[in-house]
Amino acid sequence: MAILVDKNTRVMVQGMTGRAGTFYTDLALRYGSAYVAGVRPGRGGTRHLGLPMFHTVAEAVAETQANASLVVVPAPRAADAMIEAIEAKIGVVVCITERVPQHDMVRVKRALAGSDTVLIGPNSQGILTPDQCKIGVMPTKDARAGRIGIASRSASLTSEVLANCSAAKIGQSTTVGVGGDVLHGIGFQGCLERFRDDPDTDAVVLIGEIGGREEENAAAYLASVDYGKPVIGLVVGRHAPKGRRMGHAGTLSVFGHDSADEKIEQLSAAGVLIAEDASTVVETVIGALK
Amino acid sequence: MLLSEFKSKELLAQYGVAVPRGRLARTAEQAEERCAEIAATKYVVKAQIAAGGRGLAGGIRFAATPSSVHDEAAKMLGSKLVTEQTTAEGETVHAVYIEAALTLKNQCYVALALDPDSGNPMLLASSEGGVEFEQRARMDEDAVRTLVLSGDGEADRSSLAEFLGGFGIAEAPAIDQIVAAQRAFVENDMTLLEINTFALTADGDWVAIDAKVALDQNALFRHPEFDSIVEDQGLASAEQEAQKSNINFVKLSGNLGVIVNGAGLGLATNDMIIDANGQPANFMDIRTTATSFDIAKGVEILLKDKTVKAILLNVHGGGMTVCDTVAEGLTFAYSRNQRKLPVIARLAGQNADWGVQILRDRKVPVEVFHDMPRAVARAVELAGKGAR
Repeated sequence: MAILVDKNTRVMVQGMTGRAGTFYTDLALRYGSAYVAGVRPGRGGTRHLGLPMFHTVAEAVAETQANASLVVVPAPRAADAMIEAIEAKIGVVVCITERVPQHDMVRVKRALAGSDTVLIGPNSQGILTPDQCKIGVMPTKDARAGRIGIASRSASLTSEVLANCSAAKIGQSTTVGVGGDVLHGIGFQGCLERFRDDPDTDAVVLIGEIGGREEENAAAYLASVDYGKPVIGLVVGRHAPKGRRMGHAGTLSVFGHDSADEKIEQLSAAGVLIAEDASTVVETVIGALK
Repeated sequence: MLLSEFKSKELLAQYGVAVPRGRLARTAEQAEERCAEIAATKYVVKAQIAAGGRGLAGGIRFAATPSSVHDEAAKMLGSKLVTEQTTAEGETVHAVYIEAALTLKNQCYVALALDPDSGNPMLLASSEGGVEFEQRARMDEDAVRTLVLSGDGEADRSSLAEFLGGFGIAEAPAIDQIVAAQRAFVENDMTLLEINTFALTADGDWVAIDAKVALDQNALFRHPEFDSIVEDQGLASAEQEAQKSNINFVKLSGNLGVIVNGAGLGLATNDMIIDANGQPANFMDIRTTATSFDIAKGVEILLKDKTVKAILLNVHGGGMTVCDTVAEGLTFAYSRNQRKLPVIARLAGQNADWGVQILRDRKVPVEVFHDMPRAVARAVELAGKGAR
């Protein structure tokens, strides 16, 4: 088992015919994921990468029973694409688009409220259940099926941690990139809840960074339940200058209370095993599994 | 992107938020002349930089007469203001804003931002305000209270009235201004609108004494009206140049240049450098859409910076940014520049071996490590040697 996506997931791609859409769909197909349709207004009835194309998400669902979507639509139209997928009741929507305007995400969050859709992203590397389903941009070369769950705000650090874990023969159940933006869909808490219910996940790694409330919310959640599985945490940006945006929009601290030290303190108080830096995550995981 | 106070107030005034009478000046003489247009009994001279923390750094001065406005402006213009939100070198003051200094009866703090949990706009308010407030708010979380708004005008108005009543801001004109500010916040794609202080004057008017607006850089495509502002007062030039090449770059004050793909790995790398007693010269995050030509531009920024003594290349290849693309970019930059800084390379993930091969084939002065902590330690050592 795994969380959110597995070998039965049927994926459509919104914006499949573009450069990035074509590139990542092709890689996912080679990885053996079940991609069933593409959506691009005006291209309905044609085929791309061997898959049928549709004008709308609703048509693609009706014809192919797709239950997940990868959104690779340019930023100005990404919110509309996410909302279309939410309204079509797609179970898992992954948006990898960077630089989506924040006020557009206000509309997306309103569409999400009261729906059953799980949104991953935007500005996310996506979700990967090794050997079963890849929806996103992450490399799969070093992925290995196994029993560690990863929830992360950073694509590059996920790759790093995942490669180190696999090299130590510690495989992954599912890895989720919650995305680098301030306003996004599923967060650490949503991932933790699902990993807790997953009998095939033994421990969870959280990869956090400065800014936002993900780590604080995760700490509050972990303190409120008997989680039952070890949680390992890494928070980067301990030495980053204040008041500057460091790559991800979500790193910009607006009101203080979200420094790496404060996050580490709260996670630690909630029982999370803190890894000092990116290179020591794997030994912390090994220690936790003993 | 932060707007200066002057631009922030100009924008808010268009929506009906009251601001003190003021004029912008670029020279001390101009500052003195503009006092006649403001016609006040007392003035305040404010440095226009796009960063917070000005008040504590001496960027806000009161002046009783136009000639002392001249003197204060002369001191500020051309000087560098170092606040906790600027780099260590500070930001040069190119303009000052002269305003009528008002007598205030009641001061508070209000701000609008987006609530990361619900996604709705939220109002933050405190019955305290002023220059030291930002720091105090950090110490004491309870100093600021938050109201999440629904976006529905009428419902918001009544919840605002109740909420603000708790801060002694119950008057309809004050609430009108907050509603106006909320419209400005939404219609201009602001990510932050801070009014500190929002004050009741001795004449009985609620006025935004200071205002700070952050616009969403990602929404500028639908706001051509901000184009000229972006040009004059966006990022530092190297950071702007990097943005155009799909690279997120932040200048820091150290001697070790850093090239990393990914924001998280970039932050992690800088943490490790500082933990190893090194000093990163920059933060860099190569975005996934960057080509090798874009990456070359990023490398050139480091080669041109004389304070940089060595380069740490830390890449985990994947997606569209594979190691050979980054290595190609670096070798392009090296082939076009005389200055060939030593490179410590740690390449992992997709096409790592190929990337190393490219660096060696093109005779880049490179040392290769597989282990990140060792690479960081060696890079710190090399940058330190170069600095001596």
